[in-house]
Amino acid sequence: MENELPNAGLNAPHDSAHTPAQHPLPNDLPRPPGELQQLQAAWLPPRGWRIVSSVNNTHIGLFYIGTALLFFVLAGVLGLLIRAQLAVPGNTLLSAATYNQIFTMHGTVMMFLFAVPVVEALAVYLLPSMLGARDLPFPRLSAYAFWAYAVGGLAFFTTLFFGVAPDGGWTLYPPLTGKAHSPGLGADFWLLGIGFIEISAIAGAVELIIGILMTRAPGMTLTRMPVYAWAMLVVGVMIVFAFPSIIAGTALLELERAYDWPFFIAERGGDPLLWQHLFWFFGHPEVYIIFVPAAGLVTMLLPVLARTPLVGERAVVWALVGVGVLSFALWMHHMFTAGLGWWSVALTSVASLAVAVPSVLQVFAWLATIAQGHLRRCTSAFFVLGFLALFVIGGLTGVMTAVIAFDRQAHDSYFIVGHLHYVLIGGLVFPLFAALYHWLPLVNGHTLSERVGRWVFWLMFSGFNIAFFPMHITGLSGMPRRVHTYSAESGWAWLNAVSSAGAVVLAAGLALCLWDLVRTLRKPETEHGDPWRGATLEWVPNNDYGMRSMPQITSARPLWDQPGLQAQIEAGAHWLPGNPTGGREALITRVRDAKPVYLMALPGDGWTPLLAALGTAGFFLLLTVGWVATAWACGLTAIICICIWLWGLDRASTITHAAIGRDVSVPVGGQRHAVWAFVLVLLVDGTVFLSLLYAHLHVAMAAEVCPPPGAALPAAGLALAVLLLWASAAGAVELASVRLHLGTGLTKHTPLQQHQARGVQWALLAAALLTTAACALALVAHNAAGLNPRADAWSATVAALLACAVLHGVCVVAFAAFALARSFCGLLLPCHRAVLDTLRLLVQASLLQAVLATAVVHGLPSWLPL
Amino acid sequence: MNFGPVLSPDGSAAQLDAPLAWALMAGAALLFAGVMALLVYALLRSRRLPHLHGQPHGQPLRQQRWLVGGGLVLPLLVLGALAVVNLRHLLGPGVNAPTHSLVVGVNAKAWWWQLRVQDPGHPDLYTANELVLPVGRPVRLSMVSEDLIHSLWVPALAGKVDVLPGRVQHLVLHTEKAGRWSGPCAEFCGLGHTQMVLQVVALPAAEYAAWLHNQRLPARTPTSALQQRGLQHFMALRCNACHTVRGVAQAVLGPPATTGPGRASEGAEESAGGPDLTHLASREFLGAGSVRNNAAGLRAWITGVQTLKPGARMPGYGHLDEATLHALVAYLQQLQ
Repeated sequence: MENELPNAGLNAPHDSAHTPAQHPLPNDLPRPPGELQQLQAAWLPPRGWRIVSSVNNTHIGLFYIGTALLFFVLAGVLGLLIRAQLAVPGNTLLSAATYNQIFTMHGTVMMFLFAVPVVEALAVYLLPSMLGARDLPFPRLSAYAFWAYAVGGLAFFTTLFFGVAPDGGWTLYPPLTGKAHSPGLGADFWLLGIGFIEISAIAGAVELIIGILMTRAPGMTLTRMPVYAWAMLVVGVMIVFAFPSIIAGTALLELERAYDWPFFIAERGGDPLLWQHLFWFFGHPEVYIIFVPAAGLVTMLLPVLARTPLVGERAVVWALVGVGVLSFALWMHHMFTAGLGWWSVALTSVASLAVAVPSVLQVFAWLATIAQGHLRRCTSAFFVLGFLALFVIGGLTGVMTAVIAFDRQAHDSYFIVGHLHYVLIGGLVFPLFAALYHWLPLVNGHTLSERVGRWVFWLMFSGFNIAFFPMHITGLSGMPRRVHTYSAESGWAWLNAVSSAGAVVLAAGLALCLWDLVRTLRKPETEHGDPWRGATLEWVPNNDYGMRSMPQITSARPLWDQPGLQAQIEAGAHWLPGNPTGGREALITRVRDAKPVYLMALPGDGWTPLLAALGTAGFFLLLTVGWVATAWACGLTAIICICIWLWGLDRASTITHAAIGRDVSVPVGGQRHAVWAFVLVLLVDGTVFLSLLYAHLHVAMAAEVCPPPGAALPAAGLALAVLLLWASAAGAVELASVRLHLGTGLTKHTPLQQHQARGVQWALLAAALLTTAACALALVAHNAAGLNPRADAWSATVAALLACAVLHGVCVVAFAAFALARSFCGLLLPCHRAVLDTLRLLVQASLLQAVLATAVVHGLPSWLPL
Repeated sequence: MNFGPVLSPDGSAAQLDAPLAWALMAGAALLFAGVMALLVYALLRSRRLPHLHGQPHGQPLRQQRWLVGGGLVLPLLVLGALAVVNLRHLLGPGVNAPTHSLVVGVNAKAWWWQLRVQDPGHPDLYTANELVLPVGRPVRLSMVSEDLIHSLWVPALAGKVDVLPGRVQHLVLHTEKAGRWSGPCAEFCGLGHTQMVLQVVALPAAEYAAWLHNQRLPARTPTSALQQRGLQHFMALRCNACHTVRGVAQAVLGPPATTGPGRASEGAEESAGGPDLTHLASREFLGAGSVRNNAAGLRAWITGVQTLKPGARMPGYGHLDEATLHALVAYLQQLQ
């Protein structure tokens, strides 16, 4: 409880003029001439339009935020169209077909192309400077994730202009979105377009988690880490576990649409509810994935605006973690009316109520902070207060809908439309605008106009309430969601008219803000001068290279508690004031106590991320419209680009050790961050696999006989043989790994001896061949057993698991081939073995999945009572 | 004072839940007011603090009271109470269906409601989009869907229940009040979602018996020459391919002609046909709430069904001449 006495330790350093540094600073001053110039040169961004090849988080972050705001405006226009259509009863402005596309796109774009991306975008922009890092650990990955999202998202949006946008609601429930009821391309655009944007969101999450855990400034222990970083850490982990389930869901639905594998078709043993489980297992955490970062922003803003330390910082962090955990237990509350079992409903309703506790705790921590300090009257503070009011309303209506008896009336009515907008606009957009008004000076030094800001706030706040509060009443008056019109006799006319008027006011506020934003961003760049006297590192003047030196952190509010810090950082008195390797680099620090571990070389700007993103987007979108050859060409481009960028990684550096402080030097190069990132990827992959396994369990338990008549599995002996092959492949990789270790005793950087390299190569080749054999045997055995995925849902899920295993086989072979190629080029060394380490993890994960899948699929028929 | 179907309900299931809805709203309003009052207090309290030229500071605060009292005890009390409400709801009997309840099979279709009234001692009665209930007698709906997910929601009578392919869902409706309510489909089901409204009519016992008696009868024979010409057109245009008019025409695609009492399956059978028209004129609306059932409505429906309800399976008959249309409408209007 470090802030039980807010005055202690705060005023003390200020009232005396003693020298700030009790301990000597990490580096001596003055710095040698030329050091700063070399640092600047390494981080020089591309000029003019070539800026699109930049991978620096400062540029990518701004592009990312801008694109997300563009989608916010676009989806907002769709929202206005919805309100225009519903303004009067019996309106014929939009036909039912057009209306369905518009509300589907409104929800989809807002959720997938605005809310989640903007949350990650802001983190990409803000977090490195808040953590005192030069950049994120995988700059090309964030560039790739951004471009894939921007290009894919814009292409997805244009489907609206051709009348082929998806029209099944943002939740995309089958059977409505199955081939029989949605024969058009709309649902495919949704599944493939949104599917790969989810992959880009996962890439962003991996990047952020590793960035937060491993690139913090020295001394920034977990307890001194800004709450926003905690929030983004929680969100990153939530994305890792929530998004895989929708990826599995979209894959299954697309397989059903494209190849008639009947996962969700009831007549053939499928279940429409399976989609709802997979969708909401993602969809409900998604709501908190959006809210938790916003809560983190508010928690960062309030202490600065109220000029006092946050009350209950530790409690707030625990609350964020609690929300993250609980949000995975309540997906079924979207399905109370769908006829679930007693226990599901009971547990879900309790979890839905319980999730409110940590949220309330945060609200009271914020209120207490306001009471403890003195809130500045600025637009940012107004937006925070507006957020508090709206979020409390949204939270209370959320608790109401967690009461089952009430939910049976409120569900799928306009009450829910009102509730969800209070939570999402109140819970995300208002904090986002507070953040915009607060942090915009970081972009070009200028604040937005306070006078205009007051207008913006009151227009948005009143417009929002006028638009969305009446919807609660509309819903309780019986108006269901997603209807394109209503009759005059319904009695809903005046409520809808009020809502539409409010929407116009809200839009006016947004337009005013956009105008002010454009006006402000056009001003010439200047120093921001820390207008709010911020507490955290992002307010230290930042360049393309981040800060001049990585500060030694001793407090959670370094700029308040470490006087003189800013000048020391800029003078280069802290860690790593230059770039010893001559290129871009990042300091990797230990997860718990943030002690420097090694210096990591960062890649410079380049075109491969952009080209790879274009290729990926082209692959998915062109596949949808059936341009198969072009699609594969795009896909190949993407793979080549990614291979090019991977080839350059994990190389020997010019120096082995670099001095980052007076007598401190750390090794250069190290791949721990990369291996941990790959572990995260495997967690994502494992969750996708578990979702597929769940799909199998779901339909197998629902089947009257398992396996269904006519379906069969390969003999147990064959299944065991497949597992044995997988195990041997894993063993071969292990052998290669051991061979590579031998001889490390001499010197780490000497090239491998001929026989040693040969041994590694033979082992890798064996691994590739054994994996191929495992996949081939599995396919042949299932084929011989007569597996027909079209016959029934059970067979379809078995085929999906088989396809998943084969996909892993392909990846193992590709990794092995890559490792072989590196070995032949002499790049696979005891100290540069990241590809082998990742291959090892991959093949072990594949083996584990194969064992699990075999145990469940083969074991289930004998466990299930007949 | 009528506060809308949820808060001033007419059916016993909804009536059971209405006080809860009121309590939740009052509680939410109270808590909101409380939090806002606290916010105002927090803002005013900070006025006491001298503004120290932007240096971070604070005034002593009993943090535990705010965090533990407001942030833990308060929500745990409120939410604990609601959890008890939920568990009582789940454990409670709810509105059960006694043995004397009427059973109606509901087949939710894209985009209309096919109803099959079980009538002991008589063949089941097929009707569409208008559910007639006897006042005071519970009606158990056994609901299936053969195409999409729909949801039956008559807010004045009961909460909604989703109807999914592959499952049989149940809902009990019971009201002590004669009246008419509308029940929209609450689960988005595509193009015709808006126009999938079930009418629910509760009739006093005697009127209900009369209604039931009338429904049992085959269709009336046309009396005037005009109506007879209408019937000829009805057959010539092959309306009976989809629409059954009992005693006159059996729909080729419709439900089976003889449905004995006490059949095993509770839901309505799979069929590709349209609504049974035997007693069409007894219903208030056409096309599941699309348009009122009168001469003008019928005319509009027959000629412009695809404008009134895009996506409906019935083709528009805009090409019919005036005389044919006139006769057809006259025939349909006498199907009391």
